[in-house]
Amino acid sequence: MSSVPLQHDQRLPAEWRDLLALTKPRVMSLVVFTGLCGLLAAPVPVHPVLGFTAVLCIALGAGAAGALNQWYEVDLDAKMKRTANRPLPAGRMSRQTALHFGVGLGVFSVILMDLATNHLAAAVLAISILFYVLVYTVWLKRRTAQNIVIGGAAGAFPPLIGWAAVTGDVTILPILLFAIIFLWTPPHFWALSLFVRTDYANAGVPMLPVVAGIESTRRHILLYTFPMVAAAIAPWPLGLTGWIYGAASLVLNAIFLVLAFAVFANKATEAKQMGPEKRLFAFSIFYLFGLFAALVVDRWVI
Amino acid sequence: MPQEEDEVVRKRQRDRAKVTAILLGLFVMLMFAITIAKMTINQ
Repeated sequence: MSSVPLQHDQRLPAEWRDLLALTKPRVMSLVVFTGLCGLLAAPVPVHPVLGFTAVLCIALGAGAAGALNQWYEVDLDAKMKRTANRPLPAGRMSRQTALHFGVGLGVFSVILMDLATNHLAAAVLAISILFYVLVYTVWLKRRTAQNIVIGGAAGAFPPLIGWAAVTGDVTILPILLFAIIFLWTPPHFWALSLFVRTDYANAGVPMLPVVAGIESTRRHILLYTFPMVAAAIAPWPLGLTGWIYGAASLVLNAIFLVLAFAVFANKATEAKQMGPEKRLFAFSIFYLFGLFAALVVDRWVI
Repeated sequence: MPQEEDEVVRKRQRDRAKVTAILLGLFVMLMFAITIAKMTINQ
């Protein structure tokens, strides 16, 4: 039983800083970056104001999804050390405030996207918010160890939305960008879940290390790395990008593969001895930033 | 409600009102800029 207060004093209005924290600003930075890269990688120029608005809408949509995720998962967050100090489990905000804030922000982001860009971008943004909240948070997360595999699609939408906001359509390159993040999510989160698995186990979340064991998770990380590497290199041989992206993706994917093999070879069961897992998790964030930055440099330099 | 608690509530309300005012001001400027951008593109 958690000692964390779940009851919020209804007379106290939530602080604006806690409302901001509800949007998971750190997660949002990666979403904004990949969305911006999708937008900049598009073959036609975009008006700076409309481009800025599109990225803002992606950020607000991600914030809305994060807020609704925390509204639904307050019981789980209270049980995990990593999340126990969030505004809801810490009792600094009522659930109703989080729900109203999340729904309002989500609706606002979709309407603004539709006004500033086009129906397709607004529709994909709406789908991404609903997918994260309904498919991942409500349906999959507590039911299956494959939660992160299918749920990873929610985080893969931003480059697709950025591209659609500029061009009004979706072609092979944005679909490949979607595939890269979709296939990157499982190794990234499973590496994390290996060294915080006791947290997930205590909260009753069926993450792969909790359900299938450590060894199986390490095998899964390596297995999912191969299709991710193929998707990440594919834009270059397909002629969708130039040599800058090709070279960067070869180097980044080679390092990712080496680190994934190191995780596969590791036999440690204690979190303190999980150096390879921590290195893979840290590098996986740099990997995604590096890959998408290379895409933009490639598009604008060549 | 004790006076101390009342002060905390009022401070939070003031802070939220300020942030809301700033955000609304930015939203108005953004809508203006979007309108100008759309007009420029259509021309």
